[in-house]
Amino acid sequence: MSKTRVLIVEDEPHIVESLSFILQRADFEVDTALDGTEALRRLSRHIYSVLILDIMLPGISGLDVLRAVRSDRALDRLPVIVLTAKGQAADRSAAEAFGATAFITKPFSNTEIVERVCQLAAGVSK
Amino acid sequence: MHQANFVVFVCITYVAILFAVAFAGDRRARKNPAGLLSSPLVYTLSISIYCSSWTFFGSVGSAAKNGLEFLTIYLGPTIVFAGWWLFLRKLVTVGRVHHTTSIADFISARFGKSPVLGALITILALVAITPYIALQLKALTASFQVITYPAGAVVAASRPLEPDFAVAFWLAAGLCLFSIVFGVRNIDVNERHHGVIAAIAVEALVKLVAFMAVGLWVFFVLSRTPDLMFRNAPASLMSPEEGFAARWVALCFLSGAAVICLPRQFQVTVVENSSEEQIRTASWMFPLYLLLINLFVIPIAMAGLNNLPPGSDPDLFVLTLPMTNGGETVGLLAFLGGFSSATSMVIVSSIALSTMISNHIVMPLALRFSLVPTGGGQSARNFILVARRMSIVFTIFLGFTYFWISRTSGALASIGLISFCGLIQPLPSLIAGLYWHRATHRGAIAGLAAGFLIWAYTLFLPSFKGAFLMSADVIANGPFGLNWLNPHALFGLDAFDPLVHALFWSMTVNTALLVIVSLLREPTPLTRFQATLFIDIFRRQTESELGVIRRTARVSELRQIADRILGPVESVSLFDKGDVEPAVIASDELITLVETRLAANVGAASARSLVSRVVTSETISVDELKRLAGEAEQIRAYSAELESKSRQIEATAAELAEANDRLREIDVQKDEFLSQVSHEVRTPMTSIRSFSEILLKNRDLDESRKLHFLGIIQSESFRLTRLLDGILDLNFLEPGTQTWEVTVFDPETAIDQAIETCEPLARAAGVRIKRGRRSRNARVLGSRDRLTQVFINLVSNAIKHNTSANPEVVVTGAAGRKGFYEARVTDNGPGIPLKDRELIFTKFFRGQKARQGGVGLGLPISRQIVERFGGDLSCTSAKTKGAEFVVRLPLRFD
Repeated sequence: MSKTRVLIVEDEPHIVESLSFILQRADFEVDTALDGTEALRRLSRHIYSVLILDIMLPGISGLDVLRAVRSDRALDRLPVIVLTAKGQAADRSAAEAFGATAFITKPFSNTEIVERVCQLAAGVSK
Repeated sequence: MHQANFVVFVCITYVAILFAVAFAGDRRARKNPAGLLSSPLVYTLSISIYCSSWTFFGSVGSAAKNGLEFLTIYLGPTIVFAGWWLFLRKLVTVGRVHHTTSIADFISARFGKSPVLGALITILALVAITPYIALQLKALTASFQVITYPAGAVVAASRPLEPDFAVAFWLAAGLCLFSIVFGVRNIDVNERHHGVIAAIAVEALVKLVAFMAVGLWVFFVLSRTPDLMFRNAPASLMSPEEGFAARWVALCFLSGAAVICLPRQFQVTVVENSSEEQIRTASWMFPLYLLLINLFVIPIAMAGLNNLPPGSDPDLFVLTLPMTNGGETVGLLAFLGGFSSATSMVIVSSIALSTMISNHIVMPLALRFSLVPTGGGQSARNFILVARRMSIVFTIFLGFTYFWISRTSGALASIGLISFCGLIQPLPSLIAGLYWHRATHRGAIAGLAAGFLIWAYTLFLPSFKGAFLMSADVIANGPFGLNWLNPHALFGLDAFDPLVHALFWSMTVNTALLVIVSLLREPTPLTRFQATLFIDIFRRQTESELGVIRRTARVSELRQIADRILGPVESVSLFDKGDVEPAVIASDELITLVETRLAANVGAASARSLVSRVVTSETISVDELKRLAGEAEQIRAYSAELESKSRQIEATAAELAEANDRLREIDVQKDEFLSQVSHEVRTPMTSIRSFSEILLKNRDLDESRKLHFLGIIQSESFRLTRLLDGILDLNFLEPGTQTWEVTVFDPETAIDQAIETCEPLARAAGVRIKRGRRSRNARVLGSRDRLTQVFINLVSNAIKHNTSANPEVVVTGAAGRKGFYEARVTDNGPGIPLKDRELIFTKFFRGQKARQGGVGLGLPISRQIVERFGGDLSCTSAKTKGAEFVVRLPLRFD
């Protein structure tokens, strides 16, 4: 049985590195994308169980990625964890409207994010 | 007949009673000024001196000759009093408030306290009143003769009685004495003669009762059947077409004007008035009195015409009817009534005229030629008293002279009308004075003088019928045979009888000149000011000269005048205010107060003249005058002010709206900025927290991994520090926060210092820094440290972003065109896309490539610094591949 695959879309290399590290430790297979274009490319090539999506991305924004995901029949049930920050309520409510599954606020707790990814991945595999 | 001695005895007794009334009246008035003597009844009765012997004897005579025409003499006054609200109320209020002493004082005060005007009106009144006084003397003399002659002798006389001038002389002398003792005992402070008014009121009652007694006697004793009464009615009485012709209108106007303008009427109506209540009551009670006294005129006239032989003098019917028909007691009463009406008129007229003569002729002359005694005590007051007494004697004997000259002519009524026509000449000035701001003293003088001359030429001089100044030939044909100058048909106007003719010309020319001459010149400031006080009397009664005219005078000199004119008692009350230290220089208030008190005694013009002798400087405050200027001007000014205020408010509102927009914009920017800052802070915080948690939970990590993670934590911490520094820098650059030390310096030194600082970084990155062209002796204004910071930022950016194989940075400086210094920092790196060249200067801008540890604040801060010194920072494309930043700063040449 292959590992559960998770895609991290985040433009900050250090955050990508930390997220990759903790999720790999939790036995996920992790792919990363530093911008929206790369994220969409990866989504079209592989099947992911969970998508972790930063909202503030250069170029194609996180919201654009989310909208693309939800409008794709193959991806419309993919759980999406959106990384937000306090003080960005407008972005959060927009993400909710576009069909974000969960929200995690930066700076996040490693434990919380791993638990959340496990939950959603389990839900999908059922 | 009555014995002459008996009649004299009755007269003297009657006069004695009047004296007693006058003294009692004065005493009561001192004790209780608001008592019976100030009652509307007494006031109205005193006004009835309008009914002189002309009324008492002349009305019957006029009715017998001209029918109902006599009524016009009472119709005019009735209209004036019934319509008191229109004119009389204002006239009386102004007179009361300004302590007017006579009609001359009133008009002179109104027109800038003009002494010429006061003197002119006084002379006019003196000349015009003379026939009137003569009239009273004539009536008195005739009545005395009738009552003392045997009844048959009077009746037998087919033509009017030859006057006995001995009787007339003694009557005139008696009247002088009477008037002097009554009216001029002191120069009364407030010019109200309570005693005289009380006596006049008694006389008014006596004449009314006497006349009605004669009427009732005629009705119930003489003419028992109405048939007898109407057997021989006068033809004129029965022909109504006479009514409402030009003469009727003219007579109504004349009498209406006379009841205001006659000196004695002005005296009792205006000067003696003490409240509006009085005039309110008089408005109906005086017409009622006129009605009562005229009730029996027609019956008496008809009885006279039927009972007495043809040719009998109808002016004496009131006396001759009872005396020849066995009613001797009624006759004596009628004599007393006539005596009352004549004496009361002469007394009040002579008092009024003596006040005018002393205040407007004697005082000004005496002041000019320094004839007023300067000694202490009462000498100046005595001088004025003597002047007034002399004036009374003069006035009465002038009347006597007229009587003597004109002994051959004129019925009572026609003499009275001549007098009326002259005395009403001040009317246009009076009306203009109360309603027209623009009227000037020159206009008033011109109008009055012209009216006076026309009256004298067309009516007064011809009344002597050639016996005085004007020959009978001139009267008939005009001077030098020039018929267009005919006194009774000026410019060929012969449609009217002489009275209407004179009235028409004098009033027309008078009014026209008043208007035209007034319009020729602006009123003087004082006239304008007085106009406001008079015309706007109901608007501001408390206004005084205070504040408008600023004067200074020495208290000692002012007091000297007050002592002399007002007497020591009042002077003390004016000047000694308890234990207050007496001032040397008099205040405005004190000067005005003294002048007001003086004006109540000697008239406004003389008071002003007196005070101005000791006033050392006099200025009229323009501001105050402006304040008092017409209401319309004020409203205009006010609305203009409102307009400019509303414009100001609009402008302010626009500014506020603009400021509000700016604030809102700044607020939005601030929110955005905060949001960005929070994001920028969260990013390193997220890494730091996450890696710390990893390190804490994963003790089994190998050393190199641990070090790597710790390195990340460290670098993100540095990033946080830089971010904070940048934010603080930004804050520092916000307008109005702080000023740097600003000097004039060579910008090349800042470049040198920046390159020196960046050298280690460049070496580490393998980038070469080339120092290109440099300017000589360029000078800019600013902070050298801050400019160095800008260059460090630009050079380090060029180093960090340079991905070229053979990286280099070139820095040049030059004094460029248009007075600007230009420094360029050029690299051979990847360059900056055109669309980002402006965006890179916005805060927290992220380039397409992930940043090399920058926080996105360096370029915005650099640009702000350069702009702060009047220059600019921009990104252009380099000639070769790479980015080029240009710093421009204004050169200083001093």
